[in-house]
Amino acid sequence: MIEWVKKMFGQTPSSSTAKERLRLVLMTDHLALAPEIIESMKRDLVDVISRYVEVDREKVEVNFEREDKALAMLANIPITAVARPNKPEEEPKAKAEPAPAAEPEPVAEAVAAEPQAKATTSTMSGPPPTRRRRKKKAGGSKPAPAH
Amino acid sequence: MHQLQQSVDATPSEEPAKRLGRAIVVTSGKGGVGKTTTTANLGTALAARGARVVLVDADVGLRNLDIVLGLESRVKYHVLDVLEEKVSIDDALVADKRVETLSLLAAAQTREKDEVDTEKMRALIQMLRERFDYVLIDCPAGIEQGFQNAVVGAEEAIVVCTPEVSAVRDVDRVVGLLGNRFKPQLIINRLRPQLVKKGKMLSVEDVNGILHLPLLGVIADEPEIIVTTNKGEPLALRRDGATASAYHAIAARVAGEDVPAPTVEVKETSFLDKLGAFFGGRKS
Ligand SMILES: Nc1ncnc2c1ncn2[C@@H]1O[C@H](COP(=O)(O)OP(=O)(O)OP(=O)(O)O)[C@@H](O)[C@H]1O
Ligand SMILES: [Mg+2]
Repeated sequence: MIEWVKKMFGQTPSSSTAKERLRLVLMTDHLALAPEIIESMKRDLVDVISRYVEVDREKVEVNFEREDKALAMLANIPITAVARPNKPEEEPKAKAEPAPAAEPEPVAEAVAAEPQAKATTSTMSGPPPTRRRRKKKAGGSKPAPAH
Repeated sequence: MHQLQQSVDATPSEEPAKRLGRAIVVTSGKGGVGKTTTTANLGTALAARGARVVLVDADVGLRNLDIVLGLESRVKYHVLDVLEEKVSIDDALVADKRVETLSLLAAAQTREKDEVDTEKMRALIQMLRERFDYVLIDCPAGIEQGFQNAVVGAEEAIVVCTPEVSAVRDVDRVVGLLGNRFKPQLIINRLRPQLVKKGKMLSVEDVNGILHLPLLGVIADEPEIIVTTNKGEPLALRRDGATASAYHAIAARVAGEDVPAPTVEVKETSFLDKLGAFFGGRKS
């Protein structure tokens, strides 16, 4: 739609720019006003990742940054150990408890950026991290078997 | 039978408690978006319907409402005088001479916002609700003490927003602070339909696509408002003209009448108009 308008007028009308800025600034505002949501999101995120690799929970950092037209969630999750991938058939260990059902306030369409996984062990084997769009709702989804 | 029905209607309800008026705070977060102008005009329009209306200027230290209403020369006492029990409410109320059922309770010009005792403010609004059908509270800008004092006695809120990024952002914040208790309703002020049409201003849909509030109505950016404010004669004293009508429609909606929310339309300019404008050298 914006592209279409651009084509029609040769440039983006400033009202579209205003709308876009407003949308982004309100997402940032709402996140800043909901530290509990960020905390539980962080917890769920780390829970999911630690099903596959060992993570240093104390050093996990989650930040939000404005990227061009979206809000990016940047998670810095130090990985302390990775199991040798010799048994691909083995089911990853199930989570002890299902994630709480509490639905956080909808935080609009926040796009999760690629987590900047840091390997603190020098020999990180296995496939390179694939870029994934993370769904807001943690838990519930079955861990995908590694191929 | 008919008579009986009438007398039943006329009798106040059996319960001893008086029917309280509605206390509505007019707020926005951002300064200068038109809270005072809206309070004055909406109050005037409600009073013109025969309702008993008191306008309370809660902008302590930056008194404005009396000027917009043209009542500044008759203000003797203010909210703080009443809160501090120096004078009675009756002494402090200024009755408007043009609309009989309209009164003003002015703010103190030379005092500070944090001199207001929040609990006393709540009690004052409660007392006013016993005497008036509507208590409209003109809230100061910001979300600090002055805001708290302005909302404490209210049970409803009208938020005023201009079609600008910062104003919408602030309204969003204020609505978050108010929570559901105040059932906030929206007035979009200073809309310029020509600019919206050209894609140079946020539209009503843009603004409320983000805020999702019940829309009371839209008021145009209206040069007459500046003129009427200069004179101290709120535009809503009149009934003619699109903007005056819009205030009356908003008042009707506030009173619970099922009338459409006033909007601001671009006047369709005909080819001849454009030609005239072109030769007249006017910029549209
Ligand atoms: N619809 C309008 N069209 C044109 N001018 C307007 C309109 N509404 C308000 N104004 C003008 O905008 C200025 C600010 O309005 P007003 O004082 O009502 O805002 P406010 O929100 O009460 O400000 P403050 O936050 O300082 O109390 C005034 O000069 C007023 O005349
Ligand atoms: Mg004001």
